[in-house]
Amino acid sequence: MTLQAKLTWAAVAVIGAISFAIVALARGEPVNAAWLVVASVCIYVIAYRFYGLFVANSALGIDPTRQTPAYRRNDGLDYVPTNRYVLFGHHFAAIAGAGPLVGPVLAAQMGYLPGTLWILAGVVFAGAVQDMTVLFLSTRRDGRSLGDMVRAEMGPVAGSVASLGVLLICVIVLAVLALVVVKALMGSPWGAFTVFCTIPIALIMGVYARFIRPGRIGEMSVIGAVLLALALVFGRTVSEDPALAPYFNLSGPTLALAIIGYGFVASVLPVWLLLAPRDYLSTFLKIGTIVLLAIGIVIVHPDLQMPAVTRFIDGSGPVWAGSLFPFLFITIACGSVSGWHSLIASGTTPKMIENERQIPFIGYGAMLMESFVAIMAMIGASVLHPGIYFAMNSGAGAIGTTVDSAAQAISSWGFVVTPDVLTQIAHDVGETSILSRTGGAPTLAVGMASILSSFLGGRALMGLWYHFIILFEALFILTTVDAGTRVLRFMIQDFVGAVVPAFKETQSWANNLIGSALACLLWGYILYQGVIDPYGGIWTLWPLFGAANQMLAAIALTLCTVVLFKMKRERFAWVTIVPTAWLVVTTVTAGLEKVFSPDAAVGFVAHAWKFSDALSQGKVLAPAKDLATMSRVVFNDYVDAALAALFVCVVLATLVYAVIDVRKALGNSKSTAVEIGGAAMAGGGS
Amino acid sequence: MTEARSFRFACEMVVKTARLMVGVPDYETYVEHRRVNHPDLPVMTYTEFFRERQEARYAVGKGRFRGCC
Repeated sequence: MTLQAKLTWAAVAVIGAISFAIVALARGEPVNAAWLVVASVCIYVIAYRFYGLFVANSALGIDPTRQTPAYRRNDGLDYVPTNRYVLFGHHFAAIAGAGPLVGPVLAAQMGYLPGTLWILAGVVFAGAVQDMTVLFLSTRRDGRSLGDMVRAEMGPVAGSVASLGVLLICVIVLAVLALVVVKALMGSPWGAFTVFCTIPIALIMGVYARFIRPGRIGEMSVIGAVLLALALVFGRTVSEDPALAPYFNLSGPTLALAIIGYGFVASVLPVWLLLAPRDYLSTFLKIGTIVLLAIGIVIVHPDLQMPAVTRFIDGSGPVWAGSLFPFLFITIACGSVSGWHSLIASGTTPKMIENERQIPFIGYGAMLMESFVAIMAMIGASVLHPGIYFAMNSGAGAIGTTVDSAAQAISSWGFVVTPDVLTQIAHDVGETSILSRTGGAPTLAVGMASILSSFLGGRALMGLWYHFIILFEALFILTTVDAGTRVLRFMIQDFVGAVVPAFKETQSWANNLIGSALACLLWGYILYQGVIDPYGGIWTLWPLFGAANQMLAAIALTLCTVVLFKMKRERFAWVTIVPTAWLVVTTVTAGLEKVFSPDAAVGFVAHAWKFSDALSQGKVLAPAKDLATMSRVVFNDYVDAALAALFVCVVLATLVYAVIDVRKALGNSKSTAVEIGGAAMAGGGS
Repeated sequence: MTEARSFRFACEMVVKTARLMVGVPDYETYVEHRRVNHPDLPVMTYTEFFRERQEARYAVGKGRFRGCC
């Protein structure tokens, strides 16, 4: 390193340290979001240069002379050597989604500091390492999927356990994401109208790109964007029209059924008609909005209203139950480490890498960027008055259903707020009420609307910005629902097909209809139970989602560890062992607490007992309103407890197999990793 | 001149990135690949290429998963 480079890095470190100290040590006075942004960027840059590259070069031993699958199997379609910046964009677009936007918002109930610390530490030592290592492994195996790699390296049983884990996470992800949409759209004619409009808009785009101007992605996207903007603007007119508004003023259960029905129909239609155009629109909108948010935060650099740490670190919070450890690490899933990314990193990206040297930039770098999205979401939630934040994210069971009861309850927690403030903010964003709009998306929308409107349009446009953010989140969540239902259908066909071979035939219409129906039934059941849950759904279900996602990350990192041992690189295996151990400890602790905790707010079983005891005495416990709701709560508690227990079993089973494999690898003096290519097949690169 | 050229290059890269984000790789690269490696085999037109890629992006069962978070 030259002297100049050393001085530059020292400067980055000092600036980062100062900003971070301001963020971490400030008490009492609001901190400006700019410090958080500067601190995060400095940490990312240093982490990439000094840890990411170390892991890539020393621990994984990337080999720039080794031929990548993009060259070895070049077919111009799936396997194509691709410019690293183009591929970075592709990879980032594939991993970015609702997770990093919602998790940090929910975590803000403990203040901005605990969540921020975990987002930064988690991404540097766990999330980005996972993404990069899985990408590396898959690149050395012709772009094979995570499940295939687990099967090849750890045996068929471990492979099946991992597949079961993926199936579970799919069900939970779809249910919880759909729940976020339901919570954002219920009782919101403006939101419901614009999101509904995305369906005909997608159909028009689909027909356009299929028949009128085949393959013109740019043209169809512009048409879609213009129509979407019209729907957004016209949505206000609809919501104010007494004749039209009632059609779009929908209750939670109605919306849930509509989304389940949508998921079923969309997943059996040809992809070009609905799924693909929606996907194009949501991908471009997603990237555009993320850029817009970054610009907004830099220009406005608002103060953070949320305290650094709130009293809810003790686990008594109204947004989600549980203490800081382990539940904070479950709640913020995607911004710091996300098991889902291991599926993406072993998908299309490894088939397009030009050179192994580019793996850190794409694997580690894209995840750092994702983490930055999570930091922006944290800022979005923290710029709101804490009173508004808690009014939006607490269930009716905690704050009641009127602004008066909400203001009273929230003020009693120490966040003084008047009913007028709650009414005014609802009016500003063009809604009748913002109470109990759980799920993170609406909170983020209000936060972002207040940031964006302060440099574009002022208060008059706040409603438009709010519904724009809601639309953007709903659009790509519904795309995920459609695509995810297809994936789930395939996995169900695979599992059931092991018993009934005829069911495996994916070309059969009957199979697809039955498979889709089963898939929708699985996630639809959990969604519906979340919607009618008197606690607001997210309170109950988000920890399950987080646990599922972290469980998958634990499986992926376990695979990485096993392979490092098999490659005889055990000297460096701590780079994956440390995050694996942390994830196993947090997911297993969280899972066990969810099942066995005697605290009815945390443990599903304790909660079920509390309600069934009351039920046997004929008493109704709040927030349930009648005995039927009570027995439903009890049944759902048992379902949730069983799911949590299953997650723990999946993690522990994978761990047992890993220990066996590591011992075997240690006893072997040569590399036993199942790689493709390498020196023997090198040469002849095109 | 060079500035205009590098601007054009940057625009091309942005368009390629945007296309790949939705699962459509570069068509020119595909045609070139077929011309060099399989000169005797037919080459898909852009329309066919687009449709093939669109189907492939959402074809389940090849270990393809689409993002959530």
